Amino acid sequence: MTQPDNRPFAIRTYAPDQLREALKRMYLIRRFEEGAEDSYMRGLIHGTMHLSIGQEASAMASCMELTDDDKITSTHRGHGHCIAKGAEVGRMFAEFFGKETGYCHGRGGSMHIADVKTGNLGANGIVGGGLPIAVGAALSAKRLGKSDVTICFFGDGANNEGAFHEALNMASVWKLPVVFICENNGYGMSTSIARSTSVKHIADRAVAYSMPGVTVDGNDFSAVAEAVHHAVARARAGEGPSLVENLTYRWRGHSKSDRNRYRTKEEIEEWMTRDPIARFRAELIAHGVLDEASADAIEAAAIADMEAGIEFAKASPAPSISDVTRYVYAEN
Amino acid sequence: MNAMTDKPSSQPQNLRTLSYSEAIREAMAIAMEADPTVILMGEDIGVYGGAFQVTLDLVDRFGTDRVMDTPISELGGAGVAVGAALTGLKPIFEFQFSDFAMLAMEQIVNQAAKLRYMLGGEASVPVVFRLPAGSGTGAAAQHSQSIEAWFGHVPGLKVLQPATPEDAKGMLLAALADPDPVMIFEHKLLYKMKGHVPEGSYLTPVGKALVRREGTDVTIVAGSIMLHRALEAAEQLTKDGINAEVIDLRCIRPIDHETILASVRKTGKLMVVYEGVKAFGVGAEISAMVAESDAFDFLDAPILRLGAADAPVPYNPDLERASVPQVDSIEAAARRLTRREV
Repeated sequence: MTQPDNRPFAIRTYAPDQLREALKRMYLIRRFEEGAEDSYMRGLIHGTMHLSIGQEASAMASCMELTDDDKITSTHRGHGHCIAKGAEVGRMFAEFFGKETGYCHGRGGSMHIADVKTGNLGANGIVGGGLPIAVGAALSAKRLGKSDVTICFFGDGANNEGAFHEALNMASVWKLPVVFICENNGYGMSTSIARSTSVKHIADRAVAYSMPGVTVDGNDFSAVAEAVHHAVARARAGEGPSLVENLTYRWRGHSKSDRNRYRTKEEIEEWMTRDPIARFRAELIAHGVLDEASADAIEAAAIADMEAGIEFAKASPAPSISDVTRYVYAEN
Repeated sequence: MNAMTDKPSSQPQNLRTLSYSEAIREAMAIAMEADPTVILMGEDIGVYGGAFQVTLDLVDRFGTDRVMDTPISELGGAGVAVGAALTGLKPIFEFQFSDFAMLAMEQIVNQAAKLRYMLGGEASVPVVFRLPAGSGTGAAAQHSQSIEAWFGHVPGLKVLQPATPEDAKGMLLAALADPDPVMIFEHKLLYKMKGHVPEGSYLTPVGKALVRREGTDVTIVAGSIMLHRALEAAEQLTKDGINAEVIDLRCIRPIDHETILASVRKTGKLMVVYEGVKAFGVGAEISAMVAESDAFDFLDAPILRLGAADAPVPYNPDLERASVPQVDSIEAAARRLTRREV
């Protein structure tokens, strides 16, 4: 009789190379956002940004089983989703810097980074905007006879938008291959879940749409990966949508205007002790996937990628002013 | 003359005629036969046939997978169509009434219209929205509006308003061939009007207005049902020796500047007739466009706008009729304009 495998889900499910790559991308998400923040402070980029530092496990663990044919829709807090889906940080920085080499040729900025060719249907500046679009992408997959799934990321704020409810209902009625992933970081801008949401767990809303709903520790890579694994398998099998709620926390403010008047320093510091990257790294080391030196090397590689990305962006050309109305319509 | 045909003098007799709604349905059937990625979505468009029976029996021909009844979820439904268009399908989404598109403004304006631009040309949203529009049905303020000008304000959209069965078919086929989101405002009072419709597939050019009646004394720009009222008024005006040129404003965005300007240079007088509320509407855009051009120098009278009253569409039939331009009010206005009594 074989012993039950008690190792965490990710360790027993994914190959060491995949796990190392996942850690690398989580470091890359954090370094990218720190690099973006630093560039903003130094006046190299303008506008605003919504940082997901502290939420990296949710993004990365949700994308472990996706191919370029699978789709994601993302949010205004979407840098992590892009990197997890395979985006190059150089082109992301270039977009941030408003350069022609950016994913959107400088027209979209932080809130619209997308790469349709690799299944990233884009971040979105409208809370809840991506939910019906994700259902539409899943409808395409079903109608075109493909086995692609769509992962729909959204925040806790979106769960009170009508679009959320309409999208979940239609996905369920039509049994579409979509996985709704709510990254519940506790606050819609400044308004807490307790003050905005009538259910204790957003996953409880799944009951209303006859789909499985599960709430997991969004800072635990394996917990997220396992929940999403089952949801993706269900979607690929044609059994319909699922709702996964990842409980997490953003270390930074909502955007650059945030003075953190709605939460305490103690609360933020308490969450920082649950750093999803540190936890995943420790888990990989504990199970022999990595040692400290190779983990350090992965982190260093992420920093190098980030720095190279910023240099690429800085050196890239700006769009031509005469092209201001280009891309409004298709070009002949 | 038969107001339902493009060029009555040049057309042979015994041409096939269809109603406006039959023409739209024929276009959808042709597109669905030719392209398996074309799907229909909307509320009660299946066995019910749509609120105005435009989709009638299409569900029998193409099945529920391609003629999809949506829940009463305009925002979500429109967004599903946008997402499907982004990923390989060509959805035709029917709003039951154009008024209900307001529930879906987010997906139409923030998403469909902007995705190509926001993504630097790296995305295409070939969705078609069909919107039954206009007053005259006694359905009051929330089922009778003419809001096409709202969408004229949105870069990224194309906004069409067919006035004839022939154009209703050709515009829908053109919209489907277009890689960008297209909104087609169909006038509810035109659905039963009959006219010549060519067989097979053809595309009505997007962005082109059409001179439906040549004249020398005044230019009347009017689209959708207002075209027919303007043509009828033009016939009445001939009794007084007034020869009006009537332009069918088939497309609100992009607007055909040149056809309008050329006509104004010829007649020296411009009147814009539309069913939307007069203020901030299609008439304002066209008037300003003429005022900003060299055609301004050809004007020998002020520009006149004839639009809906500055009020919601009323229920009482006399009030409803009075709230939007009619043949008699167009005729009277044109008379005043040609006498420079404005």
